[in-house]
Order: sequence, then C-alpha cells, then structure tokens
Amino acid sequence: MSNIKYILGSFGDPDEMMHGIEKLQENNIKIHDVYTPMPIHGIEAKLGVKRSRLDIAAFCFGITGTMTMLSFVYYAAVLDWPVNIGGKPHFALPDFIPITFELTILFCAFGLVGSYYASTHLFPGRAPRVMDLRATDDRFIIAIDAKENAEHSKIDGLLKEAGALEIKYNERKYISYE
Amino acid sequence: MGTHNYNLTEQFEFTGKAKNLSIAAIVIGIAAIAYGFSDHELHERTFANLLLMGYYFACVCMSGAFFLAVQFVAQAGWSASILRVPQAMAKTLPIASVILIAIVGAGLYSHNLYHHWNAPGLTDPSSPEYDKIIEGKSPFLNVPFFMARQLIFLGVYSFFAVLLSKLSAHEDLEGGLNSYRKSFKYSCVFLVIYGFTTPVFAFDTVMSLEAHWFSTMFGWYNFAAMWVSSLATIAIILILLKKAGYMSWVNNSHLHNLGQFIFGFSIFWTYVWFAQFLLIYYANMPEETVYFYKRFEFYKFWFYLNLTLNFLAPVLLLMDRDNKRSENTLLIVSILVLIGHWVDYYQMIMPGTVAEHNGFGFIEIGTAVGFVGLFTFTVLTALSKKPLVAKNHPFLQESLNHHL
Repeated sequence: MSNIKYILGSFGDPDEMMHGIEKLQENNIKIHDVYTPMPIHGIEAKLGVKRSRLDIAAFCFGITGTMTMLSFVYYAAVLDWPVNIGGKPHFALPDFIPITFELTILFCAFGLVGSYYASTHLFPGRAPRVMDLRATDDRFIIAIDAKENAEHSKIDGLLKEAGALEIKYNERKYISYE
Repeated sequence: MGTHNYNLTEQFEFTGKAKNLSIAAIVIGIAAIAYGFSDHELHERTFANLLLMGYYFACVCMSGAFFLAVQFVAQAGWSASILRVPQAMAKTLPIASVILIAIVGAGLYSHNLYHHWNAPGLTDPSSPEYDKIIEGKSPFLNVPFFMARQLIFLGVYSFFAVLLSKLSAHEDLEGGLNSYRKSFKYSCVFLVIYGFTTPVFAFDTVMSLEAHWFSTMFGWYNFAAMWVSSLATIAIILILLKKAGYMSWVNNSHLHNLGQFIFGFSIFWTYVWFAQFLLIYYANMPEETVYFYKRFEFYKFWFYLNLTLNFLAPVLLLMDRDNKRSENTLLIVSILVLIGHWVDYYQMIMPGTVAEHNGFGFIEIGTAVGFVGLFTFTVLTALSKKPLVAKNHPFLQESLNHHL
C-alpha cells in the first residue's frame, strides 16, 4: 500500500478540465474536488455539489440581530427607564425600526464573515490550506482520493487522455503557504 | 456550452383568446366609466379612478423605457433576449401619455381633480375662499404651467421611449454596433432627465391633489412604486408568452434575475414608504400628520393591505431562490405586486379627492379591468409588430446562454 493520498490532475485549459471530469465520471471514479483560479459556469451541476446553506445561516444571524435589538429596546425603553417622548407609547415600534434594521444587517454580516472563516479554515494567523499552489494562479486541478480509487494507472491514463499537463501524487492532503 | 437552436425570427401573433379577452375588458371599462358619468354624484369618484389607472398605465409604460435605458447604460447582457417586451411597453407610452393628459386636463377643466389648488378665489386676498398657502404655491401650481409640465415630461419620456425602440428596429436591419452605441448615448441622457423629473411628475400628478401637504420623499416613493410594478408586468408578460409557447430561450435564470429585481425593489419601495412615514410619525407636526390621519381614519384596511401586498408578500414569497426561479410562484407574486400597487395608488389618490366618500365597487373594478385590457391590447399589438428577439444585439449570445 502506497502512501499516496491524493492524485491531482493539473490542466491548463478549463474546457479540457471539464472534459476530464466527464471522462472520470463515465468510468465511475469519484472526484474529491476541483480547484480553479476563476469561477466556471455549470461546474456545480456537473460535480453534483450540494446547494449552499449560507442563506439559511444568513437568515438565522439576521433574525438574531432583530430579536436582540427589539428585546434591548423593550428592556431600555419600557422596563428600565420609561420616558414620555412626544406622548407616544413607550414601545413605539416605528421609531425603533431603523436601529433594528441596522442590527439585523450587522449581525448578518459579522455572522457570515465568521461562518466563512470557520468553513474555509481561514482565520487570521493561520496559513491557508491548498492542494496545489498553482490552482490559485493558472492551473485547473481535479483532485481524486487515491485511497478510495485503487486503479491509479487508469486514472492517470484518463487524465492524460483528457489533456492534463501534469499529474501529481500527493502524500499529504494539503500543502500550505507556510 | 453555446449550442442552441432557437427560432430567432419568431414573431408574436396577437389573435384568439388574448385579443378577445382584452377587447372584452376594454368594453367593461367603458361601461364602468359610462356608469360613473351617468350620475352627477359619482363624477369625482370616476375622475379619481380614471386618474389612478391613467397614471398607473403611463407609469408602467415609462418604467418600461427606464428598464431599457438601465440595461443599455449598465451594458447588461442577461436581458438582451427579453428586451422586446419592455420595448413594446415603451412604444405604448405615447398612447398612455395622451390618455393621462386628457384625464388630467378634463379633471382640471371640470374642477373634479386638483380643486385644492385650482378653484376660483383661492389666490384672491379679497375673496372668502382666500388661502395664503395656496397663493404662496401658485407660481408653481397654476393651470398653464402645470399642463405645460405634464406635456413636456410625458413628451420627453415618450420621445426617448420611441427612439430606443426605433434604434433597436434599425439594429435588426443593419447589424453592427452603431445602433447599440447610439442607444447607450441616448439612454444616458434619458436616465439623467428621468431621474430628475419623475419626482416632480409625481408631485404634480398625485401629490398636488392635497396641495397643503408636501413630502420630499413622495417622488422617490412613486418612482419605486412605478419601477417595481413595471418589473412585475415584464415578468408576467414573459411568463405568459413562455406558457403560450413563445420565447423558448427564456430560462429560469432570466426569471431569477427579474425575481431578484422585484424582491429588491419591493424592499426599496417599503424603505422609501417607511422613510416618509417615520419622519412624519416622529416629528408629529399637525400640517404633516394630517396626511396619515386621513388614511388612518377612513382607509385603515387599505393602509395595512398596502403593506401586506407590497412588502410582506414579495419578501416572504420571493426570499427563496427556488421561488424566484419558478414560473408559477413568480407569476403569482407579480400579480400580487400589481394589485398591491393599485392599492398603493388608491391610498395616494382617494383621500385627496373623494375623502371619506370612497368606495370599492363597479367603478373601481371596471376602470381597472378596462385599463388592464387597454394595456394588454396596445402592448401586445406593439409586440406583434417585430420579431420577439433583437437578433443583432451585441450581447444576444450572452443572454441566450444566461446561467445563474
């Protein structure tokens, strides 16, 4: 048993990479992930990437902000220190809509930045993890889990046939910028 | 990607059910208006309804021209294959303008509309009717200047609307980039004029019904209303055309974009509506609160229905991505938004004209149905004159392959 963890097919052209994905899929070889330096239309559908749950997270963070502000205003303006302002009720909702709106946005934005860092392991002070350095530059990388797919020479052949310029066998999952 | 075989010379045929129904709707409208004018008591109410629908009709058409101009200035690619629909709306603008000017003119002449600033003696210090505030506003609010503004605004909008659709027809024949460059240039000019003049147009046509009261947010509030109702109209026409077997290239990514627009601008409408309401509520000055006092006393149901249809419905129903991409959901929300903006205009116009003698009956429904029929008839006639896609538009391929 070799120590190879991942096989990386490195392509110079996005169309050839898409072709490579098709080839591998036709041969029932599971693709771990694909890394590209730019967004490519239709690649999520091709790889069967699950829909992002970011919108649900955004909604939860937003509603937390709304509730936080409304409860704070209720505590401050009704329970703790009621003041008569222009004869309006203490909890005059329209007055507090702008600040509630602001807090909704603030919580949502900070929450999403946090979620993004958490899901990409990109918090400050940590070196980013990448499988191939050139995936952020000029190469389109298809990564295949070498442990799950045993026929390494077949994968090698398919990638070359599709036009891969280089094929790497990584013994570690990530190389980093360290 | 990039392989498709769409019939790009496809042309809409305006026959059958659509034509018969729109003619029937026009007949209902004429009957409702005739009924309104048969009873002297109902004249003012009929005029208020005519103004409501005439204004709505003109606003939807001129926002169609605005949509075209925005697409050209933003150099948008996604919309290139659906531009014929807003073009048909823009081409209808001259008809809508003539109708609106006729309604406003007749209303002024018969003192059924705008009598808050246009009644004898209002500006005469010796008259018992003398009104100092109106006299102060009379250099702006007087009949000749008012009518001149209506003519100039609607005339200029119509000029640009027709120009943009002419250039597109020219592009079909000639090809090349000349028409596109000209469209870009004229769109820039049009957007500047439109942006500065629509608030004034709204002040004149609707806000001056209650001439004592004023709000600087009113123009943007109306702009948001006309823009979002126009987007909803474009979505409805596209979806119905697609259901009838036309425009096979319109995919759910195009609908997604329109859905985002409707969602976003419904929130923008709420934002502007609320900005106007909050300042008046917070400051609590009698000369300002009088506006909402009337709406709360006599129009409470409509007041809340307005917010429900124009804010809650689009926000809740269009928040989900799949809903924006679904033909049926988008169609239902667009119809709700259109009904919502009818309620919105009803809120703006009725308290200043018929006040507590408002109603909701044959006149309201009939006039609305009649104008919907008129809109359908004129816009579909304009749409059937040209192929359904501008085949030489430089961004056409991008639009045909549009994918979100």
